[in-house]
Amino acid sequence: MTVMPAITYNFAYLDEQTKRMIRRAILKAIAIPGYQVPFASREMPMPYGWGTGGVQVTAAILGADDVLKVIDQGSDDTTNAVAIRGFFKATAGVATTTRTQEATVIQTRHRIPETALTAGQVLVYQVPIPEPLRFLEPRETETRKLHGLADYGLMHVKLYEDISRHGHIATTYAYPVAVAGRYVMDPSPIPKFDNPKMDDCPALQLFGAGREQRIYAIPPHTRVVSLDFEDHPFEVQRFDKPCALCGAQDVYLDEVILDDRGGRMFVCSDTDHCESRRADGHVGPLGAPPPGKGKP
Amino acid sequence: MYVAVKGGERAIRNAHDLLAQTRRGDPEVPEIGIDQIREQLSLAVDRVMAEGSLYDRDLAALALKQARGDAIEAIFLLRALRTTLPRFGATLPVDTGTMRVRRRVSATFKDIPGGQVLGPTFDYTHRLLDPSLATEAEPRKPAPAPKKSAQAKAAQARAAVQEPSAPPPRVVDLLGDEGLIEPSPPDTGAEPPDLTRAPLAFPAERETRLQNLARGDEGFLLALGYSTQRGYARTHPFVGEIRMGAVQVELFAEELGFAVPLGEITLTECQMVNQFQGSAEVPPQFTRGYGLVFGQSERKAMSMALVDRALRWQELGEEKTAPAQDAEFVLSHSDNVQATGFVEHLKLPHYVDFQAELDLVRRLRAEHAARGDSEPQDEPTEAAEATP
Repeated sequence: MTVMPAITYNFAYLDEQTKRMIRRAILKAIAIPGYQVPFASREMPMPYGWGTGGVQVTAAILGADDVLKVIDQGSDDTTNAVAIRGFFKATAGVATTTRTQEATVIQTRHRIPETALTAGQVLVYQVPIPEPLRFLEPRETETRKLHGLADYGLMHVKLYEDISRHGHIATTYAYPVAVAGRYVMDPSPIPKFDNPKMDDCPALQLFGAGREQRIYAIPPHTRVVSLDFEDHPFEVQRFDKPCALCGAQDVYLDEVILDDRGGRMFVCSDTDHCESRRADGHVGPLGAPPPGKGKP
Repeated sequence: MYVAVKGGERAIRNAHDLLAQTRRGDPEVPEIGIDQIREQLSLAVDRVMAEGSLYDRDLAALALKQARGDAIEAIFLLRALRTTLPRFGATLPVDTGTMRVRRRVSATFKDIPGGQVLGPTFDYTHRLLDPSLATEAEPRKPAPAPKKSAQAKAAQARAAVQEPSAPPPRVVDLLGDEGLIEPSPPDTGAEPPDLTRAPLAFPAERETRLQNLARGDEGFLLALGYSTQRGYARTHPFVGEIRMGAVQVELFAEELGFAVPLGEITLTECQMVNQFQGSAEVPPQFTRGYGLVFGQSERKAMSMALVDRALRWQELGEEKTAPAQDAEFVLSHSDNVQATGFVEHLKLPHYVDFQAELDLVRRLRAEHAARGDSEPQDEPTEAAEATP
């Protein structure tokens, strides 16, 4: 009969030596805003591409009294957000929340919460491709050189070609930014709608790319500028209508297809923001009464 | 009426329960044992150990069972455990020259000192499905090893008094005696890199490349190796030697002052011999490609050796013309746990970014239509390029 060894894991899964290695990379990243610090990314018990970089950063900074929020596409209840929140609940036993204000650490994929972040909070981004120049130059040896020389001509030519072909810049997410006037950085695939939230943000922003073995950071109150041209200034997406459920304006909306006859509605992508507004009595054109007062 | 989607947590739990039930299959059929997998699906176990970079037959068998037989999923399970294991120390380099050989063949010489040992191989079998395996019939017993002639025995006894059966010499070393083949790079005594503890950086030295290939995906290396045979970076390979068998693993114990054997592992080693025209400094001689894999996997060891040789183009002053020579391309895409994760992550929700693209395409189409009203367009507007 085969006897299996007992398997036990440390607080937040990673061993302390690994956490120390990751923390060193994080400190270096904070010291050089926007610079991609290579780190010895570990195999995590969830697949690459599912947020292993973000999970490793979160595991390295999480303390026993932290309150964790995890979102994917702005929602706390998408499958991957649920899985990662459950992972830290199980391995670290930390408190979790869906409320942006209550969280001390927020791990995110593809969105920045609508509620403004505050000092003391940490926003951890999951990053698939950390290199903003990757689709212009596939070679790491080359892109590192270009960053070293602050040679971002390729990127400006790409944006210029967009304008000459389409009349405007055709990048809608993962829109490149310049951090603290030095490194051009990929903000992860957030819609460019969220880019302005990174600028002068009082919270610490950490970016983890597990498969690509890179960590980078934007320290609090750092200048973050979306690349543009004087005659073609950076613009964010605008929606014609408010959120159908809570009536919010100037938020990022998801398009929900209601039937096969072209019926659709637009609702807040940030589910916590939407719920808080509805709880406060805001009702959109198709909104239900506040939770607890209507039908279950 | 639409309300924001809820219920992810319960849905995930239910999906996992369904997975467990599906993994078990028909409950009327007896559950498969870890020992059965370990003993009867041993090549699957070998592959999981090799690409999982963890030599433990029982854990690899357990991973295969849990993964419903999916090799990459099992490799992933093993890697996720391996990464948490404490490092006690590094063993001494294993010496494949002292291997207890179960199989050992050379394609470059008809006969070699120590002989061609076929061992347990699919080679030369007729690939006809064997219905008798559907029953529990006992396989035919292999013939015992032939008795050595008295003369050979005496010669062996003279050659190795302490060693009851002297290990066969490496075939490529026989060529080395004449200087016909480049020597194996000497042991510099430098600490070898550990890709699981330091990020991959370029340019990558050969030891880093070999480490990456050793845990790389068998299928990926097979295709790359194959491409070198079809003209994409041709290296004129010959199998100098393939050997498979057990080697001893030893750990130097500081307290004792000597190395302590920890046990044996099975390895497959391939020494590929390749043509080399020579250069201004170096006379024409054969060069080496090297493959080493946990367990029995000649396909992987041979593919690895082909790719290793192709990646050495710069050092040998060759021209770079093909994918198999491109270290960044090969090493960045060889890991199947990384590859499968990133490919499969596309099924995660991406609707926020898709919304941004929808908005752009609608706008571009509106602008296109407006232009069409005033002047004829000759080219359709391209949609924005998709990025992950």
